Amino acid sequence: MKPAPFDYHAPATLDEAVALLTRLEDEGCDMKIIAGGQSLMPMLALRVARPEALVDLRRLDTLNYIRDDAGTLAIGAMTSKQAAADSALVKRAQPLFHAATELVGHRQIRNRGSVGGSFAHADPASEYPAVALVLDTEFEAVGPDGARTIPADEFFVTYMTTSLETTEVLTAVRFAPFAPQRRWAIQEFARRNGDLALAGVALTLNVDGGLCRDVRIAAFGVEATAVRLTAAEQLLEGQPAQAAQFEQAGKAGAAQLDDPMSCIHASSAYRRHLIGVLTTRALGEAAARTH
Amino acid sequence: MSSKQRIEVRVNGTRYVREVEARLTLADFLRHELSLGGTHVGCEHGICGACTVLINDQSARSCLTLAVQADDCDITTVENLRNPETGALHPIQQSFVDAHGLQCGFCTPGFMMTTLELLRENPDPSDEQIKEALGGNLCRCTGYQSIMDSVRLAAQRMKSSTLG
Ligand SMILES: Cc1cc2nc3c(=O)[nH]c(=O)nc-3n(C[C@H](O)[C@H](O)[C@H](O)COP(=O)(O)OP(=O)(O)OC[C@H]3O[C@@H](n4cnc5c(N)ncnc54)[C@H](O)[C@@H]3O)c2cc1C
Ligand code: FES
Ligand code: FES
Repeated sequence: MKPAPFDYHAPATLDEAVALLTRLEDEGCDMKIIAGGQSLMPMLALRVARPEALVDLRRLDTLNYIRDDAGTLAIGAMTSKQAAADSALVKRAQPLFHAATELVGHRQIRNRGSVGGSFAHADPASEYPAVALVLDTEFEAVGPDGARTIPADEFFVTYMTTSLETTEVLTAVRFAPFAPQRRWAIQEFARRNGDLALAGVALTLNVDGGLCRDVRIAAFGVEATAVRLTAAEQLLEGQPAQAAQFEQAGKAGAAQLDDPMSCIHASSAYRRHLIGVLTTRALGEAAARTH
Repeated sequence: MSSKQRIEVRVNGTRYVREVEARLTLADFLRHELSLGGTHVGCEHGICGACTVLINDQSARSCLTLAVQADDCDITTVENLRNPETGALHPIQQSFVDAHGLQCGFCTPGFMMTTLELLRENPDPSDEQIKEALGGNLCRCTGYQSIMDSVRLAAQRMKSSTLG
């Protein structure tokens, strides 16, 4: 349960970090970025990961901020999840992302774990990728060729894999303004409070004149990445925001899943069942939300 | 390059400068380099919370933090709870004793450091808030009810004393 040996670097600036990552890559070094370490450290301890070098972002204070950028909420990658949970701005501007943050792990994990780290880690059971898919989310990264912006639907590739290059640093996540009338909910099932969810659902929708509009639903904990439940979304479009429709949407969402993950804690069939129930519940919660 | 790193940390108010291997966890640094055995190591991969310490006054799992990542930080461990002058137990410690909040004691340092952060921020927590705060700590033998009782008792005592 001790990590295997590795070289360690803690660059002082983002430029230094990118230059270092580029040099290590050129030398054929198997390196990893470490942020809060709350996912990477267990992997090192279990030796599931054995990088030759770690590049620690802890000195990059410029990646630690929460800002309102003309209505867009920008959060630096190295901002701790607890700082996001404690932020009145985050709660007001992005209530769904805020609620999701409070569901991540325990206080000790949120104190150390970074906002960027959760997106970059892309754990299929994490709340964050699902939330990114139902909000208008963009990721900013800096690499040897400069900065680029990646929309959420191009960011998550597969199990613990994003479209970031190994020489790129995720620098920020940006959420477009969340319309005040838009409804949202997040529902998950975990064996213990704070555990990674066995399955969960995050969603946003408008209810105009009693009808569902622009519904976005994403499920997590079931496939290799968070997935949009398009069958449920389409079924609801223009339909009354009522329990019967929410029930049907839950069934459609569950049926749409390809082959939910299976483990000793939950079979594939059980996870599919959970997604149906959680979708229906989350829709009910969102529809009932008063502003 | 060498994987040895020079770090400077303040642990319970004392400054230490040490050369450490990069892969050394903060938990092992505290226990083996500084002989502060109060911080317990249960699972070594972030599940049990026995290794909880405060880093710059924020609770953290010391098995999920490298010693090098604590460079230039203030660390508080369970050894710092007892009053250094009188030797008296901290109200949190005394409450765990009085309300039977421990049996074997393995998980206790982690629970107490988590409680310290909770009560500093929220001197009068509801049962829900106590449960939420303690959710990241596992106990295998006492049972959580008496741990809840201990935290409630500590909150009462800390409110009614100026010691805190
Ligand atoms: C007990 C426990 C419970 C948890 N429960 C949950 C939960 O309920 N939900 C949840 O979502 N997560 C949970 N987690 C994971 C936790 O939220 C992690 O903090 C998070 O996944 C990673 O953030 P980090 O800063 O710690 O990243 P690290 O662990 O340091 O890094 C994780 C990965 O991301 C990469 N990375 C990190 N930052 C960057 C960056 N800026 N640019 C490029 N790559 C980067 C690293 O190379 C690594 O591959 C839990 C963890 C524990 C130990
Ligand atoms: S020893 Fe650190 S969480 Fe278990
Ligand atoms: S007192 Fe024994 S594990 Fe908690």
